[in-house]
Amino acid sequence: MQNKTKFFDRSFHYALLVFVLTTLAVTLSVVVVLLNESSGFFAHVNLLDFLFGTKWTPLLEPKSFGILPLICGTFMIVIGAIAFALPVGLAIAIYLSEFASYNSRKRIKPILEVLAGIPTIVYGFFALTFITPLLKNIFPEIQIFNALSGALVVGIMILPMVASLCDDGFRALPPSLREGAYGLGAKPYEVIRHILLPASTSRIAATLILAISRAIGETMAVTLAAGATPNLSFNFLDSIQTMTAYIVQVSLGDTPANSIEYQSSYAVGLVLFIMTFFMNVIGNLVLAKKPLEAM
Amino acid sequence: MTEPIIKIEDLSIYYGEKRAINQVSMDFCNNEVTAIIGPSGCGKSTLLRSINRMNDFVVGLRNEGKVLYRDKNIYAEDIDESEIRRNIGMVFQKPNPFPKSIYDNITWGPKINGYKEDWEKLVEESLKRAALWDEVKDRLHSSALELSGGQQQRLCIARAIAMRPEVILMDEPCSALDPKATFKIEDLIHELKESYSILIVTHNMQQAARVSDRTAFFYLGDLIEYGPTKQIFELPKKDQTQDYIQGKFG
Repeated sequence: MQNKTKFFDRSFHYALLVFVLTTLAVTLSVVVVLLNESSGFFAHVNLLDFLFGTKWTPLLEPKSFGILPLICGTFMIVIGAIAFALPVGLAIAIYLSEFASYNSRKRIKPILEVLAGIPTIVYGFFALTFITPLLKNIFPEIQIFNALSGALVVGIMILPMVASLCDDGFRALPPSLREGAYGLGAKPYEVIRHILLPASTSRIAATLILAISRAIGETMAVTLAAGATPNLSFNFLDSIQTMTAYIVQVSLGDTPANSIEYQSSYAVGLVLFIMTFFMNVIGNLVLAKKPLEAM
Repeated sequence: MTEPIIKIEDLSIYYGEKRAINQVSMDFCNNEVTAIIGPSGCGKSTLLRSINRMNDFVVGLRNEGKVLYRDKNIYAEDIDESEIRRNIGMVFQKPNPFPKSIYDNITWGPKINGYKEDWEKLVEESLKRAALWDEVKDRLHSSALELSGGQQQRLCIARAIAMRPEVILMDEPCSALDPKATFKIEDLIHELKESYSILIVTHNMQQAARVSDRTAFFYLGDLIEYGPTKQIFELPKKDQTQDYIQGKFG
């Protein structure tokens, strides 16, 4: 009997370990595939030309593989999305944690979660058929595919995450901190501005980094809204192409496998992977640095 | 008894349907230390928090009756609750300094309330009055969170003093502190009563006996007995008070 229990405990232990190792193996093989396929690419294209080239025309003659236009496109989406989602998300979080009654909180939170559950392709159509026409009223010269619409729709997509993480951050602050501030005759605005916001800086920074990671990785909505024109113009009214949108373009097109165009999508994927990897590392460092909440 | 600074008239406080304070009337005197004692759940903290409207933040809490500060009902329509809290400061159960420097902890309250001060002087005076100056004068700009628990609590007292309140409410200020830090705070309370009226809630009867001039004994939301501390501890009039003080329940 004793032995049987022991055997069961052990097999349970190893069974769980198998799941953990599987996850690690998948991650590792993704990295291996990325490195393997891009090494073929870098055999033909100089690394420096790739990283600092300003022209990305892999599917047209003469072929040029400078990734900067794609990085530029990606960052336009990130900057635009964050510029929208961070202030709005913070405002929602402050309202939810400091002003909303228990009942209105109970109603607003599920709405935010529904927003987070909409498939990204739907957001893409929303941008194309609703946001862009709206923007055309303000900027008549705007193109049908444009960075602004893509950035806004990504902003809307990451808004629930930003709002909910910031809200968690505020609610994690000890109530005694608020009481101390109100006890000195402070008004809600002063408590939020001088006490709650500074005390949750690290949480907000971590949220920001996670939001950037998501905006970098966002694919379908951006492909649909912002188009497929690699562009180093920094003009939000123009069509651009992001790194992810390029990978979509290659996977959907009739690019023959093992051609250099095909392999270029792996090189782009590798850059994408390195970027998000460092974002996550920085995010963890920020979270570890200031343990203010531990009071 | 000197002139009362706070008068409570027929105050009842409800959490939803449950009554936490039951038609209490009592006066608190100027420049005295009044201790509120009683077993857990007797409503003593609830009563204390009703005196500077800190109960406003409790969902589902309802008041009946009046709390008069300098003969004005602090629950009247035209009262600005932040003005009440400027004049009636509070020190909480757990030290809760702001995650700012020691210096900023002292100046923040007066600054947001629009005081114009010689800030250096205000910081020094407040810390001296809270008996903390000598320990922190060389590191005023380091974080308040680096201080020990007892130092943090004295900083919270200094922060309250910097507002120049008339009354200081203390909600079990020593419950999170060790005996040595507790002794320091009690010492401080003795000195502070020269300039302030102090109301202290405590579950520690020895502490009430040591620091207060008057003691109020609460049981299940009722004010059972209220009088000079010496009399309450040596010759209580009610049996319940006597039983509690002798440690028969609590």
